[in-house]
Amino acid sequence: MPVNYYIFLCLALFCIGIVGVLTRRNAIIIFMCIELMLNAVNLLLVAFSKMHHAANAAANATAGTDGQLFVFFIMVVAAAEVSVGLAIIVMMYRNIHSVDVNFLNRLKH
Amino acid sequence: MNVTQILFWFLSVLALFSALMVVTSKNPVHSVLWLIVTFFAISGHYILLNAQFLAIVNVIVYAGAIMVLFLFVIMLMNLNKSTEPKKNKWLTLAGGVAGGCLLLVLVAALKNSEIKQQVAQVKEGDIGLIKNLGNELFSTYVVPFEISSILFLSAMVGAVVIGKKE
Repeated sequence: MPVNYYIFLCLALFCIGIVGVLTRRNAIIIFMCIELMLNAVNLLLVAFSKMHHAANAAANATAGTDGQLFVFFIMVVAAAEVSVGLAIIVMMYRNIHSVDVNFLNRLKH
Repeated sequence: MNVTQILFWFLSVLALFSALMVVTSKNPVHSVLWLIVTFFAISGHYILLNAQFLAIVNVIVYAGAIMVLFLFVIMLMNLNKSTEPKKNKWLTLAGGVAGGCLLLVLVAALKNSEIKQQVAQVKEGDIGLIKNLGNELFSTYVVPFEISSILFLSAMVGAVVIGKKE
């Protein structure tokens, strides 16, 4: 499969995530759109690792393994990030009884 | 058009459609369910690229653990009715136009790049199997692996401290 198909698919997924972050006001849905963007990048990393492996498999049998391990570490960091982020959202909801990001502009003043 | 290409296009259309439904659904619970569909489509792409370890981890960690956490929080807050207030239509339009412009610029920039001749290996190549990834993970990347366990510990402590009622 040509790699530019994967590039365009991942770009489209990433831009859908960006549109979600810009247009939605529910903090949880914004968080979910960030997860979507992370997954688009993960898919692109895996596609590039397979591309690298196809080009360099003759010289180095494990070429491209690094890309897939980076995806693994991105998943690890994302899991930690989600646990802390959802704790922050729950605490926010407990204090102001809303998850609308338009009410959360107190840092501005 | 062989089976691999049909699967590629099917999974791509499924991923894009469900990603759009995540953004456009009014009900947050529906958004979570569509996001799970997106993650399964991306896992299908991993299997197609023969990255079997990442496919399994994606299903277990993302579709399993993280999405259940999201669903718990949404049901805890009782947000499953669409409570999002009426908002400015122009702001929504501006966000859509901004994202579309970004997509347009990136596609135009990458349309004629040299990488176009390269091919991603599909259905073959064994670097995605657990044996090879495990060898690499526990030899070259053993220090980042251990540091990530400390990251998990600190994230756990942080979540408990933040979520605690004072």
